Amino acid sequence: MKPTDIAAPDYFHKVVDCQWACPAHTPVPEYIRLIAQGRYSDAYMINWKSNVFPGILGRTCDRPCEPACRRGRVEETPVAICRLKRVAADFKDDIKQRLPRPAPKNGKRIALVGGGPASLTVARDLAPLGYRCTVFDGDPDAGGMMRSQIPKFRLPNSVIDEETGYILNLGVEFKGGHRIESMKSLLAEKYDAIFVGSGAPRGRELDIPGRKEAAANIHIGIEWLANVSFGHVDKIGKRVIVLGGGNTAMDCCRTARRLGGETVKVVVRSGFEEMKASPWEKEDALHEDIPILNYMVPVAFKHVAGKLIGVTFQKVKAEYDAKGRRNLVPSGEPDETIVCDDVLVAVGQENAFPWIEQDCGIEFDKWHMPKVDPKTFASTNPKVFFGGDAAFGPKNIIWAVAHGHDAALSIHKMLSGEDITERPLPEVQISSQKMGIHEWSYDNDISVDKRFKVPHRDKVVALKDIRAEVELGYDVKLALGEAHRCLNCDVQTVFSTSLCIECDACADICPMDCITFTNNGEENDLRQRLKAPSPHPDQDLYVSSDLKTGRVMVKDEDVCLHCGLCAERCPTGAWDMQKYFIDMTHAGSTCPTKSRSAA
Amino acid sequence: MTYIAKPKFHHPGLKKNELGYTHRDYEGKISTLCAGCGHDSITASIIEACYELSIEPHRVAKISGIGCSSKTPDYFLGNSHGFNSVHGRMPSVLTGANLANRDLIYLGVSGDGDSASIGFGQFAHSIRRGVNMTYIVENNGVYGLTKGQFSATADRGSKSKKGVTNTDNAIDLVAIALQLGATFVARSFSGDKGQLVPLIAAAIGHKGASFIDVISPCIAFNNHAGSTKSFDYVREHNDAVNRLDVLVGRDPIAVDYAPGTVQVVEQHDGSKIALRKIDADYDPHDRLGAQTFLAKHAAKGQIVTGLLYVDPDAEDLHEHLNTVETPLNTLEADTLCPGSAVLDKINASLR
Repeated sequence: MKPTDIAAPDYFHKVVDCQWACPAHTPVPEYIRLIAQGRYSDAYMINWKSNVFPGILGRTCDRPCEPACRRGRVEETPVAICRLKRVAADFKDDIKQRLPRPAPKNGKRIALVGGGPASLTVARDLAPLGYRCTVFDGDPDAGGMMRSQIPKFRLPNSVIDEETGYILNLGVEFKGGHRIESMKSLLAEKYDAIFVGSGAPRGRELDIPGRKEAAANIHIGIEWLANVSFGHVDKIGKRVIVLGGGNTAMDCCRTARRLGGETVKVVVRSGFEEMKASPWEKEDALHEDIPILNYMVPVAFKHVAGKLIGVTFQKVKAEYDAKGRRNLVPSGEPDETIVCDDVLVAVGQENAFPWIEQDCGIEFDKWHMPKVDPKTFASTNPKVFFGGDAAFGPKNIIWAVAHGHDAALSIHKMLSGEDITERPLPEVQISSQKMGIHEWSYDNDISVDKRFKVPHRDKVVALKDIRAEVELGYDVKLALGEAHRCLNCDVQTVFSTSLCIECDACADICPMDCITFTNNGEENDLRQRLKAPSPHPDQDLYVSSDLKTGRVMVKDEDVCLHCGLCAERCPTGAWDMQKYFIDMTHAGSTCPTKSRSAA
Repeated sequence: MTYIAKPKFHHPGLKKNELGYTHRDYEGKISTLCAGCGHDSITASIIEACYELSIEPHRVAKISGIGCSSKTPDYFLGNSHGFNSVHGRMPSVLTGANLANRDLIYLGVSGDGDSASIGFGQFAHSIRRGVNMTYIVENNGVYGLTKGQFSATADRGSKSKKGVTNTDNAIDLVAIALQLGATFVARSFSGDKGQLVPLIAAAIGHKGASFIDVISPCIAFNNHAGSTKSFDYVREHNDAVNRLDVLVGRDPIAVDYAPGTVQVVEQHDGSKIALRKIDADYDPHDRLGAQTFLAKHAAKGQIVTGLLYVDPDAEDLHEHLNTVETPLNTLEADTLCPGSAVLDKINASLR
C-alpha cells in the first residue's frame, strides 16, 4: 500500500465516524468535550453553526451519527450523541449576543418557498451576508414539518419558536399564511434567486375497497398530525389502527393514544425488524402499550352504512429470491379483520409541485421530481435551487439542513459572479494536544460506563397531556457520565516515520491491538497479517512509509480508542495525539477565516 | 510513566486460547518503565508465549530481584504468584520455591546488574544445579535505575551516553550458562518478537535449567551511537543461527520468515520445537561447538541469537536429589513424620 496521505482533509474526517456520517458534518466530539467541561453555550454554538437547530435536532434527529459511532464497535451501544446535543440546548445561557447581527443589505433579494429547515438554513447562511431573504409559508408560523408533523410531546413549540426566532431575527422576512401558488408569478417578481424548500407535503393514499365509503374515519397521517398540531383535531375513536411502519406512523399512534385512543395498533406489511421507523421510536411506541403487528397487508376497509367498522388484512410472509430480494407472498392463513373506529394512513409521503408551471425552465424527471444537481442544488433554471425533501424526496431534518448550507453557498457564489460548481475545500486544523510528558488536553482515561438512559416522564402523566414532553433530557450529572463515554475520535493518532525506532512500545501497549509492524503488501494481504482481525474493510488502514528495517507501520483505524497510550509509550514522539477540526465551507467562508474552534 | 490504567476494552475479534482467555487476560498492571523500554517488549513476549501455551496463570510463579528488569513481573500475568526478592537473590528464592512446590512453572526474571554483578554467584549455582525454570535476563548493559553506568555485560570498547569508553571486559551470560551446564540456552533481542516469543515458549516447555539472554535496549541511557546494545547496533550485528516454532499439539506459533531446513526437537513435556536453520552448519545439540561458535562470533563483534543449545533429555534438580513426586508443601504431617517405629528402623539400618 502507498503511505497514507493524512494531509487530505477526508482521511482524518473519516476517522471521526460520527462527524463523517452527519450530513451537516457537525464536530461531534468537540461539542461533547465542551459539554463535559460544562461549557454548554460553546457546545451549543458549535452545533448552531453546523446544524442550525440543536434544540430541535437534539430531540428529533434521525441520528445517522449514532450507528456510525466507534463506541458501538467497541461495546454494545454508541454514545447518545443526539441527546447530548439537547443537553447543550437545555443548559446553555442566553446566546443571543453570539449570533450574527443583521447585516446592511447588499441589494440582492432571495425568495424562499416553505418555512421548514431547508429554507431557514439558507436564510440563516445568507441573511448575515446582507441578502434580503423572504420566506413564504402556508402556515402562520415558521418551522414547516418540524412544527406541523412532529407531535408536541416530542418537540415543544417553545423550542421551535426559539430556534426559528434566532434565524428570523437576522433580518429575515417571514410571510406566514402566504402559500406560493405559482412559480411563474414568483419568478416575475424578479428575485435574484429562489430556493424551494417546500418539503414532501403529500401523504400517500391507500386505495383499497371501502376507502371512499368510510372516508369520514380514515385520515392521512401527516395531514391528521398537522391538524392535531394546530388544534383542529382533539379527539379520536377508542379503537385506532395505524397503517405504516415509518416514523410518521409512530408519531400517529402515540398521538392517538393521547387523544382518546385506548386500543391503538400499528399494522405493517413488512417484518418488525425491517420497519423504516427508527428503533428508538418503535421502542417508545411499544412502551406506550401500542402493539406492532407485522406481515399483514391491508386489503379492504370494512364499513356499515358509511361507518368504518374495521380493516381486513391478508397475512403474508417474506420470501427471498436468488438475488436476495424480499417478496411478500401470501402465507395461506385466513384473512384477519381488526375492528376499529378510526384508521390513520401513514404509508409514505410524496412530493407535489402543482404550483410549478411547465414553462418555468425547471425540468422534471419521469418520477415528477425536479432535476437537481446533487452538489450545487441548482435546478435547470439557474436562478432556482431546491433543497430538503423538495429536492430528492422525503429524508429528514438534518439532511434538509445540509442541503440548505450547500444551496446557500451556491446562491452566494452565483450572486458573487463565481462558478457554483467549484466547491471550496473545508478548512482543516490539526494541532498537538500534548500538555506535559504524559498529559493531554483531553481526557484520555477511557470510561467503561454503559449508555445512560434518558429519564422519561411517568407514562400515566404523559399519556394524559398531548403537550407534555415525554423525554425529560439528561440532567447535568447524567450528561457528564454520557459525555465521558465519547472516545474523542477527533484527537487523531499521527505517526512520524522518521522518528520511529521500531521499539514496539506502541504495538505492545495498544489495548485494541490496532498497530502492527510488518512488511508492506496489497491492502487485502495486509489486512490478513494484522495483529487483530480486520472485520471492517470500510475502515481505513493508516500505513507509514518504509521504516529503517524495511517494514511499515500499519494501524487499523477501526476500533482505536484514541486513548493516546501509543503516544505516551513512544520514546521519540513518533506518535502524537493531534486534534483535527474541520470547518465545512458555508456561504461567506469561501476564503478561509479563523476557525471558531473553542478548545 | 503512564498514569491512566490500560483501558479494559479489547478488540472484539481477539482470538481465545484453549482456556478461553485472550492475550489481554495475561497482562498485569501498566508498565512504569520509561517509554520505549525494551523490557516492555519482553513483557509482551512473555504474555504472548503464555497465551499461546494456554498456561493457567495461577500455575505460574514469577520471581525477580531488583532493577528495571525485576519490576517487570508486575506487568504480566497479574493472576500469578509473584516474589520480588532481594537484589541478585532471585535464583536462590526460585530454587527454594521450586524445591517446595515442583508443580508450578517457574519464571525467573532478572537483569544484567542483578545476574551478572551482585547476583552472579546465585545465577551460577541455580544453573549449575539444573533447577527446572525459565531464567530470563533482560540485558541492557547499563544500570538504568542509577542513570546509566556500565554494567558487567557492557562490551569492552562500547561508549556510554556521555562518551566514556568501557575498559572492562564483559561477562557473556550465555557463555557462562553453557559452561555451567544449562540444558536450554538461547539469546534473543527485545526488538524481534518473531524470534523471542517461540524461544520463551520452548524454554517454558523445557525440563531443566533454561536460560535466555535477551538484549533489551535502554532507551534512556544505552541507545546511542557507540553503544553495542542499541536498537540499531543489534539489528546490524544480529547473527541468528535459527528461528523456531513451538508445536504443542495445536497451531504453531506463527512466525514470518523464509523457509529453510527444519529440524524438529521433541521436548520432555511432549511439545515439539521446529527449528528453522539459518546457519546450516550450526548444531544446537553440541555444547562445545556452541561455545566455540559463540566465542568466534563475539570476537567479530557479532551477536549470535537463536536457540544455541538444547538437551531434550535433561534432568532437573529434583531428579538429582531424588525428591518425592508430591510437592513438599502438600506433604501431610503423617508422611513427613512417620513415627518412632520408622525412625527405629532407620536407626537400626545405620548401626
